[in-house]
Amino acid sequence: MVEPVLSVADLSVRIAGLHILQGVSFEVAPTGVTVLLGRNGVGKTTTLRAIVGLTPRGGEVRGSVRMGARSLLARPTHRLVRDGLGYVPEDRCVFAALTVAENLRLAERRGVTPAYDKVFALFPELERRGRQRAGSLSGGQQQMLAIGRVLLNDNRLLLVDEPTKGLAPKVVTEVAEVLERVAESVPVLLVEQNLAVVRRLATDAVVLSAGKVAWTGDAQELLLETALTKSLLGVGSAEVHS
Amino acid sequence: MNTVVLLTLTGLGLAALYFLVASGLSLVFGLADVLNFAHGLFLGVGAYATWWASGNLPGAGPDGFGFVLAVVFGVLAGSLVAVLVELVLIRPLYSRTIEQVLVTVGLSLAGVALLQATWGADPRPFPRPDWSRGVTSVLGAQVPNAGLLLIVAAAVVLGALLAFLRWTRYGLIIRAGVENREMVTALGIDVRKAFTLVFAIGGAAAALAGALGGVYFGTVSPGQGGSLLIFAFIVVVIGGMGSVVGSAYAAVAVGLLQQFVNYYGTSGLGDLCVVGLLAVVLLLRPQGLAGKVAHA
Repeated sequence: MVEPVLSVADLSVRIAGLHILQGVSFEVAPTGVTVLLGRNGVGKTTTLRAIVGLTPRGGEVRGSVRMGARSLLARPTHRLVRDGLGYVPEDRCVFAALTVAENLRLAERRGVTPAYDKVFALFPELERRGRQRAGSLSGGQQQMLAIGRVLLNDNRLLLVDEPTKGLAPKVVTEVAEVLERVAESVPVLLVEQNLAVVRRLATDAVVLSAGKVAWTGDAQELLLETALTKSLLGVGSAEVHS
Repeated sequence: MNTVVLLTLTGLGLAALYFLVASGLSLVFGLADVLNFAHGLFLGVGAYATWWASGNLPGAGPDGFGFVLAVVFGVLAGSLVAVLVELVLIRPLYSRTIEQVLVTVGLSLAGVALLQATWGADPRPFPRPDWSRGVTSVLGAQVPNAGLLLIVAAAVVLGALLAFLRWTRYGLIIRAGVENREMVTALGIDVRKAFTLVFAIGGAAAALAGALGGVYFGTVSPGQGGSLLIFAFIVVVIGGMGSVVGSAYAAVAVGLLQQFVNYYGTSGLGDLCVVGLLAVVLLLRPQGLAGKVAHA
């Protein structure tokens, strides 16, 4: 097998006495989209946040997370991100009071030429709306901004948490198209509930259930196994095939 | 009419003092979630360092350029102490609110005790330029020059702070960090540097308030910072955490209210009204005049 870009081994997270992750192990392939699936509350977001070092204070993280030869746990978030771990959080978290241009400028780094050409080619609207406050953008535009600001720098891996949550169907398709193009050049670990998007993007799948890994393997195979999908994700076959 | 002009300008002078203390307090709280009860100490350090410098620092004195030099020395001392407090005491305690409150309350008590032990509890006459003791006639009212000096200084600080927040890289980081600190780190930015910077700025502004407050009151005493700090906290809450503009509006409202009610009502009623204003703002607009709204 090719060397994985990220290896998570026996990752445990306890927050406020709750044992949210109980020894999660999986690998992220160096190309394509690895999707992290599971019912609500199984710890998908907690997994991404633990990888990028954002477990709340007082939370306890054990196990190991490695990107290449480097161990990630216990390193501060801003260093991980500078080392090439791009993070697009759930609910987008754009800075509402700042303009679009300011949101992007914030992601610029000293000594690195920001890839505005690439970002504006993917999201022409961000260039047009530079002076608009990010808080006044639509949900889809905010998502584009959240992805765009991460793409200003080179990344070795992108962590993307529920990018289509709460978006209109047409916008979901747009976001999926963008992620598809992004994934051509950088591997992505994606948390996504929308199975149509998963079918379109995912190459590998990791399914979490009750804080543990319940299944790993080829994403498209998983989606074909209706009964398995239903038992793991609790969705009906109609949703899978829609 | 004369009385109204006089009360307005002295009220604005008081507001200037509140703003200088509150702006730093507000930025520190908005960005780093630190309730800094030791902020009054920075004011005390600024006042005493200016007082000390004008007697001991070569070139410094109570007049002209010497006075400017003494104030600059006081401001730098306040800023330096603020940075040390952040690095040594606050940094290990981020997101541990109770411990922060204990440490900063303890530090302010200890700091006042230290000033008292060194220079005594009695107010010391503050060296000030002769012109600051005079009055200027504004629309028929005889307004103390020291009050006008405070107003001008606060306006300059307000302008400089807004320009800094609006146009600089660190200003951008601070504005973003006030909104969502975690996301700033998730963009690869070491937000702790910005924390140190807001402490330095807040310490400098408070120290300036200490130095110019010394000119205004004519004396320095160890407890001066503490009593101002209470009103500065009220200004921060009314103005909205993390908003410099909000602090400016709130400082003006509190300063004018206090001055007018204390004059036309009985002395002390103005202070009570300020607390009343705080209650009204908290009931009607809990996030403050210009505060950040919690987003779902």
